[in-house]
This record gives sequence, structure tokens and C-alpha cells, in this order.
Amino acid sequence: MEEIAYIVHPIVVTLAGAVLGALYFAFLRWQTQIGNLRASLIVGAIAGALGATMLTAPLGYCMFQGDQSSEDVIVGWIMVLLGLLLTLNIGSTVLWRYFRGQRLLPRGDTTPGAFRGRFGLVYAMAVLSPTILVLIYFVYLPMFDTLRFSTFLARFGAPRTRFICVSNFSRMLSDLDYHSNLFLSFALSFGIIIIAMSLALLIASMLNQPIRGANIYRTLLIWPYAISPIVAGSIFGLLLGTESGIVNRVFGLLFGVKVPWLVTVPAAQISVVLASVWNVIGFNILFYTAGLQTIPKDLLESASIDGASAWQRFARITFPLLSPFTFFLIVTNTIYAFFDTFGLIFVLTRGGPTESTFTAMYRVYVTGILASDIGKSTAQSLILFLIVVGITIFQFRVGQRRVQYGNY
Amino acid sequence: MTESASSRFVFDPSSNRAQSWWRRLIPQRWYAHLILIISVVIITFPMFYALLISTQSNPEVYNHKFTPGSMFFENLRTVMVQRNMGRFMLNSFVIAMSIAVGKTVMSVLAGLGLVYFRYPGKWIVFGFVLITLIMPGDVLLIALYRRVVSFDAWPHPYVALTLPLLASATGVFIFRQHFMTMPPDLSEAAQLDGASPMQFLFRVLIPLSWNTIGALMVIMFLFGWNQFLWPLILLRDQNLQVVQWGMQSLTQNVEVGDNFGPMMMGVIITSLPPMIIFLILQRQFMKGFALTRDK
Repeated sequence: MEEIAYIVHPIVVTLAGAVLGALYFAFLRWQTQIGNLRASLIVGAIAGALGATMLTAPLGYCMFQGDQSSEDVIVGWIMVLLGLLLTLNIGSTVLWRYFRGQRLLPRGDTTPGAFRGRFGLVYAMAVLSPTILVLIYFVYLPMFDTLRFSTFLARFGAPRTRFICVSNFSRMLSDLDYHSNLFLSFALSFGIIIIAMSLALLIASMLNQPIRGANIYRTLLIWPYAISPIVAGSIFGLLLGTESGIVNRVFGLLFGVKVPWLVTVPAAQISVVLASVWNVIGFNILFYTAGLQTIPKDLLESASIDGASAWQRFARITFPLLSPFTFFLIVTNTIYAFFDTFGLIFVLTRGGPTESTFTAMYRVYVTGILASDIGKSTAQSLILFLIVVGITIFQFRVGQRRVQYGNY
Repeated sequence: MTESASSRFVFDPSSNRAQSWWRRLIPQRWYAHLILIISVVIITFPMFYALLISTQSNPEVYNHKFTPGSMFFENLRTVMVQRNMGRFMLNSFVIAMSIAVGKTVMSVLAGLGLVYFRYPGKWIVFGFVLITLIMPGDVLLIALYRRVVSFDAWPHPYVALTLPLLASATGVFIFRQHFMTMPPDLSEAAQLDGASPMQFLFRVLIPLSWNTIGALMVIMFLFGWNQFLWPLILLRDQNLQVVQWGMQSLTQNVEVGDNFGPMMMGVIITSLPPMIIFLILQRQFMKGFALTRDK
């Protein structure tokens, strides 16, 4: 059999992972001063080797073979890095729990008041099976399909598929259109988070004051939560129309100009942000109102007696204690900006002018459904999946730490 | 929230000071009222404007008249009959109710299975459900679509549409948390009385969970009613399409002479059912999430 030529040999990849893992665990050992150095080096090397190979080995290290482009090799290293992030985090968590003498696994059976009897497992599986079966068939298997198809050249309507290694990903590296789609998604979530969350916090703080009619105000302010993105897009299409729109009527009277909101480049993107902010602000007000009610009133009162100004009370007490809600809203607003804005953009600008309001999700729809390219669109879906995983980890890591600081 | 409940929280160092007559005319915390009123005006304006436009004809729209037009019934007829929105609303109602009921029933059952039985590896089952939170349907859209269309024995397209959406990690999580806060004496007493788990579920747990069920039903109904992308790609027959699809079809030909009136009439009727449900179940919704001060 002919020897396969590698640009980077699999053994090199595995060893690099092992060395990185061992170094990282040695660093953790030095930082925490807990545990056995030799054990951490060994476990670190194993976790590193696993991490480096877990994503590359299932593809047969094809991205490191001689006939691949340099972009493929870069994608390969990114996959090594992602695998390392996963295994080193899990490995260090488990190992240091062991070093500290904590339980490695959660207790399975903590419920007082569980039903006694021999058929507990059978009964539990019977009531859990609808959820588990639907999850396996319609979530886990499609997730597996997404992973698999992202390495294929495959089209709807064409029975033949071909394995093309990581080409679907490496082509993204030079696909400037896709970069601008991703950039728009991030910019949109940034705009929504900044504007919709700060306004919602201001409004919720006012709702939290002991004033008459707070319930009426609250109902009138959170109802856009019930409005679909399609409807939000339709209304803003009316408000922002160049000739028909009431906004341009007001602009015309005040400044004598008419802004072509939906058909010129920065204005169309601003329009999408405005409509999205209007669509999500009710949700944000809802959760900030809930959050403000969890803040103990006596804490604010004693701070007030000690002479803290309203701003100091907000900055030092209210805002830090709200951080779990803030992180939750950052995550949900990012998810909204990445996925739910699809319908809004579909009616407001149709992705135009010149694809300037294509979000990453809109690109998945165009590539996968309109252009029938399964491989490319599942690869784009996986990028979105990585972003969702990223912000979820962000919420858990940063969120929990801040909450602990906030626990006075 | 009642005034007496909230007044316990009032802390105003200046309240003992003698106030001049004009201070008493301005409500306390006028700035809060001012900000809230401005916010209410800005947030509700688009919907009120849509309501206004839904009664107008195109020339009235372009002249920016702020009085109701005469086209209300004309626009309503155009949208409901000519553009088939009545049918789409019925379709969406069936889909949204199936999703809401299905998700709630399955989540309640799963919550029961995760709290009230003893078996090894319970946390694995919970983790298996919970980790699907990081796999939103939009990420799986293409693969799910391929999987669903490759099976051609669906009894009805709506089964293919709703079944993949019926499992809910959020719902399972909410009911698990809710059941775990219930006093264990409840199930102990039920067991002493010889109740089966299902009797316990129907006689004890569900009557104690109406707020949570109501809250989840609102969320899930809205989720079902607002479905757009999944039906857009899955349903071939236009008569089976959903209300959001009908709504976007109303916006398609506005530039070439179609009227804004019917478009905004579409906005109003598309938004009415979720808003009515939201208003009716608002108390359950707020209580389910412990949003009111008098818990």
C-alpha cells in the first residue's frame, strides 16, 4: 500500500496536543497548588492527545494530507484547538474535583419523596420516553447529520454525495461575503444588546418604583413580546417606507430630507436594528422587572440611610445583583439576533440592498434551501452552533463568577 | 400587586417634609411617570399606527391622514377571503395548539420521571435532555429538513411539521425545578394512601402546577404561532401554510401597487390571537415566573 504523504503527520498532531495538555495541567497545578504533579502531567497529556485527535481522527486526518490546500491545514489546526478546549476543560474539571476529594459525578438519587417500588426505572422510562425519542430522532440525529454533511459535497435532489474533507470550511476562510454576513450578525446582536437592554433596564427601574398604575404600564410595555418578527418587520416596512413612511414624513417636516431607509446601505442595517430592538424590548423589560424584584429592599434602604445616592445604589447594589439576569438576556438577545431576525429581515429588506442585510442564518437559508447546497449550508450551520456553544459557556463561566461576587 | 403591598417598600426620606401646594399637584416620582409614558407612547405607537392604516386606502396612507379611513371592512374582506388569511389563521391555530399542548404534556411527564422515581444514572438522562438547549432548531434546520422529507409516509404534513418540535428542554427543566420545590410530604402521603404515580400526577401535582403550566403554554403557543422558517421550507401546499407565511405574502407586492391597508390589517389579525392569550393568561404567566410581588 502506498504511503500517504502528510503535510503535518498525525503523530506530530497527537504529540503537540499531548505536550500542550501536559503544560496546561502543570500550569494549573502550579496555580492551584493542589494535587499531584505527576498525575496532572499524565492526565493532561492524555486529555491533550485526545483533544487533538477527537475531531481530526474521525476524518482520517485528511486535512493534513499532502494534496490539501494551506487553508485546509489551518482548518485542521482550528479543529485541534477546539478539541483541546473541550477535553482540557473537562479533564481539568474532573481531575481537580478528584484532587479536592469532591464527588466526580452528581448524585443520581437525591429526591426525597420518590415513589417506592421495584418498577421505578420502568415507570420513569415510560414517562420519559416521548421526550427522549423525539430528542434522539429530531435533535441528536440531525446534529449528527449536520456534522457529517458538513464534510460532504451534497445537494438536495442529487442522490450522489462525495466526501470532500474540510473544504466546506476552508472555503469560508476566503469567502468575504460570508465574513460580512457573520459580521452583520455580530453587529446586530451588539446593537440589540446595547440599545434594547439598556433601555429595558431604565424602563424596568421606573416600573419598579412604587407608583400608581405600575401594572398597567407593565402590561402596555411588555406586549411586543407576543409580536412575531414577521409582524415587526411588516410594521417597520410601513413606518420606514421612503415615500409612504411616517418617519420620513416627520424627517421631511423637521429637516427637509427623506432618508431611503430600506434601500441604501447603512440605513437598511439601522432599520433592521431598530425593528429588532422594538421586537425584543418587551422580553427584556419582562425579565429585568423580574430581576429587580429579587433585590432585597432592606439592602437598598440601609444603603440609602448610609448616604448612598440613587446612582451609587444602582451602580453598587442593583446592577451587580442583576447580573444573572443581564447574562441571561445577553444570551437570549444574541440568539434572537442570530436566528429570530430571519423573519424580520425576510419581510423588511429581503436581505438587500445587495445582500447587505444578510445575516449568517439568512445565508444558511439561501445556501441550503434556495441553492440546495447541503454540504456548504450545514458547514455554515455548524459555525452558528459553535457560536451558540460559545455564548452558553460565556454565560456559565462569566455569569456564575459574577453572581458569586454579587452574593454579599 | 396592591398599593398596600407595595407601600411597604416605599422609602422616601423627604416624605415627612411639609410640601408646598404645587408639589402635591404633581404626582410623586413624576419622572418615573414621565419616562414610562414616553416609553409606552413609543412602544405602542407602531401598533396603533398599523391599526389606523388598516382602515385606510392607499391615497390616505400616502397623505398621512391621522383619522380612521373608510376601508376597514373592505380591507378585512380582502385579507380574510381574497388573501386566504382566515384559512392560514386556522392552520396556525391548530399547529400552535398542538405544539403547546404536546410540549406541555411531554414536559410534565418527563419532569415526573426525573423527580419522583429512583434509578441509577438519573443525572445522565437529565443531562441528555438539557444539553439539547445548545442545539437550537435553526442550527439543525437543513439536516432536519432532509431527514423529515426523506420519510414519505407522514399521515399529514402537520405531523411532520409539529412532531420534531414537541420535545422541550426548557419545559422539562422548568417542571423538574417546579416539582423539586414541592414538599416531599405530598408524595409520601399519596403513597400511604396507595396512589399510583399517575394518580399522584393528576390529583396532586397538576392541580398545584396550573401557574407553571399556564406560563409554559403561553410561551409554547407563541412559539408555535410565530413559526415561519420551518413551515416555509417544509409545506409545499400553499393552502396548508401558516399565518406568518400569509403575513409575509401580504407584504410582497406593496411596491407594485398593492395596498398598505390590507397589509396592516394582516398585521392586526396576525397579532390578535397571541395578544389575547397573553392578556388572558398574563396572571398565570407572571406568577409562573414569580414576577409579582405578592407571591
